[in-house]
Formats: sequence, structure tokens, C-alpha cells
Amino acid sequence: MLTAALRKELLLQWRSRAQFMAVFVFGAAALLLFSFAVGPVAELLRQFSAGFLWLGLLLSSTLTLAESFHAEMENRAMEGLLLLPANPRALYYGKAIANWLQLTLLGIALIPVMVVLYDAGTTRIPMLILVIALGAAGLSAPGTLYAAMTAQVRSKQTLLPLLLFPLIVPALLASVKATSLIILGDPMNQVRSWIVLLASFDAIYWSLCGLLFEKVVEE
Amino acid sequence: MRVDNNRFPRLPWIILGLGILFLAIGSYIGLFVAPPEALMGQVQRIMYVHVPTAWNALLAMTFAFVCAVIFLFKSDWKWDARMEAAIEVGVVLAFLLCCQGAIWAKPTWGVWWDWDPRLTTTAVLLFAFLGILALRKFVDDPARRAIWSAVATIIAYVDVPIVYYSVRWWNSLHQLQSSPSTVSRQFWLPLRMNAFGILFLMTAFIMLRARVASMRLEQELVPPPVGESV
Repeated sequence: MLTAALRKELLLQWRSRAQFMAVFVFGAAALLLFSFAVGPVAELLRQFSAGFLWLGLLLSSTLTLAESFHAEMENRAMEGLLLLPANPRALYYGKAIANWLQLTLLGIALIPVMVVLYDAGTTRIPMLILVIALGAAGLSAPGTLYAAMTAQVRSKQTLLPLLLFPLIVPALLASVKATSLIILGDPMNQVRSWIVLLASFDAIYWSLCGLLFEKVVEE
Repeated sequence: MRVDNNRFPRLPWIILGLGILFLAIGSYIGLFVAPPEALMGQVQRIMYVHVPTAWNALLAMTFAFVCAVIFLFKSDWKWDARMEAAIEVGVVLAFLLCCQGAIWAKPTWGVWWDWDPRLTTTAVLLFAFLGILALRKFVDDPARRAIWSAVATIIAYVDVPIVYYSVRWWNSLHQLQSSPSTVSRQFWLPLRMNAFGILFLMTAFIMLRARVASMRLEQELVPPPVGESV
């Protein structure tokens, strides 16, 4: 069931890959703009690079998440999906995993932009990718649930970030801190505790949102 | 359809009166009778409203969470009305809390704002619940509005301890919470009086607001008149 739902989501995303490119360009443009907020001081830019990367990813994520129920809203497809003898939870996890993969990919694609613009290179690439994957999971679990609500509402572009941003503060904070430690060096070996915090946030929200999704979509 | 949140029509007004009375007496003692604090001087007197506001803001949000859980299990409309009331009152209290905190922090710490766990958590909570109020405004169907805002309330409330501990790891400066057991006896009476005063005010406001919400729900839930074409 879950694999069928996931397959459908991934197929949809593959067919709308132009949208992924557009979101990537949006994120890269955001990273470019952030540097104007600080000025051309290389040392400062390097110091803030982790925060800028995550803000760029967060802003881009609202675009992908807000669009993620677009197909279901057309021709009342959502009702058709719910009529299937499938658990709504499988629908939720299929969509959430697809969103998570897309955001992780987006984050990884933004790394080179960050390295070039802010001179924020690192050799601990696997660690960085792990943090991006965990942080993206923190965004996509509540993001998918809220997208299911706001997709059916007027002015969804405003409402989704309004609901999502306060909620993901811990995930954002832990991701920025961990990324920053990876880039700027980690003499006290603190990265591990931030990753644990991020993983526990993910565990809580991946289970809680899966439980609540059924309530959100039932008629 | 009746949404009954009006079993004791006069009760909220009595509680409101009690709240004003307690708050007046407590504030009088706090401002004029209790001695100034040794280190912070007169500025410290804001504690008599600040700390009770903090307790009650958290209490209102907790009540909203309880209402949300009960609504999801029982689908009883009066809990939706109560949740709406509790969220609104909680938002007002959290906003007041931030303002009072800023007024106290400027002369004491030298800044209006600081990235301390409690401050940051209050701000996050304020924005999270404001978002839920916005969601309620944008959804017209009462059933969806009730379920979605209940779900969002549960998610936001679960977030509170996580925000608190993550910010605490990140940065900390705020002094430890004041409670009647950490302050001396002379400060104890006005603190307690005001805590009950604000508790009564909050209860009365939630009851009155829930009544208004119930009345609106009753109107929205009226079945469309039979025989009329849509």
C-alpha cells in the first residue's frame, strides 16, 4: 500500500521535474540575496552560511509543500483516493516521504551554491548530507499535514508558512547549529547532540502527524 | 442544533468581578505595601503581574489542548467553542507576557529582547496559536474548521517542550522562574492574589467567549430550510 502511494508520488514528481528546477533556482536566488544583507565580508558570510542555507531551504520548502496536494485538488481526486480500500495513513506517508526526498535533494543541490557564494566548504560531506536529510524530514512531516489542510483553503500561500514556521523552530535551530558546526569546525564534538535532537523531533512528528492525518482528510 | 455553553448564565460575571477584585487588591499590595526588591528596586514590582500572566497563559493554552483532544474524540461542538475561546485568551495573555517581559528587561538587562528559552518559547507559542486563529478565519465549513484547528492545536502544543529545551541548549540568560516558594514572604501575598485574580479573569473571559462562539456555531449549523432550491 505504502509503496504504491510512494510510487504514485514519485512518478508525479518526476513528471513535474520542471517545478523542482524552478524551486532550486528560487533557493539559489535566495542564497544570493542573503549575502546582500550582510555585505561582501567573506568572514561574516562564512559564519552565517549555515543559517542562510537553511533559510533558503525553508523558503523553498513552502513552495514545494504548498504544491504537493495540487494534483489531488483537481477533479476532486482526493475523494477518489479516499474511496480506495487504502489506509489514509499510507497516503500520508507516501506523500511525506516523497516530499522528504525532494527537499533532501534540494538541500544537497544547494550545497555547492553555498560553498561558492560563502566560501563555506567542508570535508565532512556524509555528515552534512545526514543533517540535511534529518532537517528535511523535520520540515516535510508537519509540512505535508498542513499542506493537506491549506490546499483546500483560500490564500493557502499565506497560511502554510504561518502555521509551519513557528512549529519547526526546533528543527531549524538544530539543523543550523549542526550544519554550522560541520562547516566551521567542531572542537567540542557537539554535532552529535544536535543530530540526536533533530532525530527525536523527526520521530515525534513523523508518528504524530501520521496519526492525525486521518482526521484531517475524513469527510 | 444547540451548542450549550450557557448552563450558568450569571457565573462568568461573578468570576469576572472576583478577578477584578483580587487583581486590584493584589496590585495595591504589590505596588504600595510590599518593600522594593534589594537588587532590582522598583522594577521588580512588575513580577506581580508578569509571573501570574505567564502561569495563566500556559494554563489557557493547556486548556485549549485539552479541548482539542476531547473534541477529536467526542466531536461535541461545545468543546470546539471552548477551544476557540481558550486559544484567543491564551494569545492575548502571551502577547501581554511578551510586552511585560520587554518592559522589565530593558532596565534590568539593558535590552528589550533576549533569546532566552522562556522568551523564545512564548514568542513561538504566540505565533503558533495566531496561525491557528488565522486558519479558523479562513475555513468556512464549521466541521473542517473544528477538526483542523484541533489537529493544529495538538501539534503546536506538543511543540512547546521541544522548543523550550532546544532553545535552552542554544542559549540561556533568564533568571529562574519566580514562584511563591522562591520569593520571600512579603512578596508572596501579592503574587498569589494576582495569580488568582488573573486566573479568574481568564476563566470568565473564556466562558464568555465560548458563549459567543457557541452562538455563532448554532447559526452555522442550522440545516438549510427544506423545499428551497439551492
